[in-house]
Amino acid sequence: MSQLIKGVLQRDLAIAFNQKGELAQPLLFLLIVVTLFPIAVGPAPETLQRIGPGVIWVAAILTALLGMERLFKQDYLDGSLEQLLLSGVPVFQIVALKSVVHWLVCFLPLLILSPLLALFLHLSMPMYLALFLSLLLGTPLLSLVGAIAMGLTVGVQKGALLPLLLMVPVFIPLLIFATSAVESAALHLSYAPQLAIIGAMLLCALALAPFATAYALKVSQH
Amino acid sequence: MFKWLHPYAKTQAAYSLSQRLTPWFAGICVLLLVPGTLWGLLFTPADYQQGDSFRIIYIHVPAAMLSMSTYVAMAVAALVGIVWQWRTAFMAMIAMAPVGAVMTFIALFTGAAWGKPMWGAWWVWDARLTSELILLFLYCGVIALYSAFDDKQQAGKAAGIMALVGVVNIPVIHFSVQWWNTLHQGATITKFDKPSIATEMLWPLLMNIAGMMMFIAALTCMRLNNEILRREQHRPWVSALLHDRRENQNAV
Repeated sequence: MSQLIKGVLQRDLAIAFNQKGELAQPLLFLLIVVTLFPIAVGPAPETLQRIGPGVIWVAAILTALLGMERLFKQDYLDGSLEQLLLSGVPVFQIVALKSVVHWLVCFLPLLILSPLLALFLHLSMPMYLALFLSLLLGTPLLSLVGAIAMGLTVGVQKGALLPLLLMVPVFIPLLIFATSAVESAALHLSYAPQLAIIGAMLLCALALAPFATAYALKVSQH
Repeated sequence: MFKWLHPYAKTQAAYSLSQRLTPWFAGICVLLLVPGTLWGLLFTPADYQQGDSFRIIYIHVPAAMLSMSTYVAMAVAALVGIVWQWRTAFMAMIAMAPVGAVMTFIALFTGAAWGKPMWGAWWVWDARLTSELILLFLYCGVIALYSAFDDKQQAGKAAGIMALVGVVNIPVIHFSVQWWNTLHQGATITKFDKPSIATEMLWPLLMNIAGMMMFIAALTCMRLNNEILRREQHRPWVSALLHDRRENQNAV
């Protein structure tokens, strides 16, 4: 059984790294969005510092939405998703693995890129630290919750914006807490409470989201 | 209770029950909502600080309260449907969704109309307002997901999961006032020991809340009936029912 799981993990990673162009696309998108903001609002460091954390977080969420399509769609179209569901491995394990792969492929590069973004937007060191920690805790949440929405809509042909509509209500609280953590850091206040709440949301999602996604996949496979 | 509830998993039993309940809900709704609104809008004394514009409370507060409780009711129906595999529960859920969405919209709209003279702005990015807006998105998500599937059975299940995921949002809405202590005034009547509202203002408000509840219940029953009829068209009892109705019309 565990061999099958290992196989799934290896296969997903191999597929992701084979399509290098698609791998780079979300990152480029992120970089472009973040570059557009200073051009739009003017290059004054104070303004950029003020809106910076929000811009980076919004860009991260949009990037997540962009890359989320990959999660199940290809496997659904070529039929391998159905085979996986029939294989007898608990579906929630497969789903959790796929979320992990999505995080590794989509968000880990973002975290690595984040110092550059912070530099672009003139974030101070404590602000960047808070941003990094909030991204570290918050982005797995995006992957886990996004998987539910993608699982629900995998069989739907029409409505490309549907996942966005489904996910955004869940992402807004995350956005509020994450940006308020960075704001606290800018004022040299403690931002542990915000991080704790994001962590709590993450743990909740970790415990429940794979099961919800598994059920969603079963429903949409029907 | 389960024994009593279980027969209503059948669509026919659910149909006849909600058919029987609709006039009661509608009647009580008219009895409460009309005098409550008239009393509140015309006869209660004006607020010493906000003047007459406080009267929007008689529409705004019931709509805001019930927009949230309708969502919870939807989630409960979805849970029942997923756990016990009742089709009628999903039908009830989707019957409630647009009603709740309209309630949310009413709460937002009346809030904006009140906010303009009071706060000097149509829209303020206050925690409660934002949460209510998120609630509207949630309703839209459930409705959109339901309509995206062709197979309505599948659609009900998918929308049910969405409703359950979104129910996480309800406590965020409820406690947001304490979390981000901002512009919106605190809750007026949920403080049980001593409400911070005068009694002659409170009574019409309570009447309107109860009346609005009945209004939502009546609308839900009607929509549920339509949904059952639409989904069960091929069943003999539905065609018999529709046939009878047509004959009655012809007789008249």
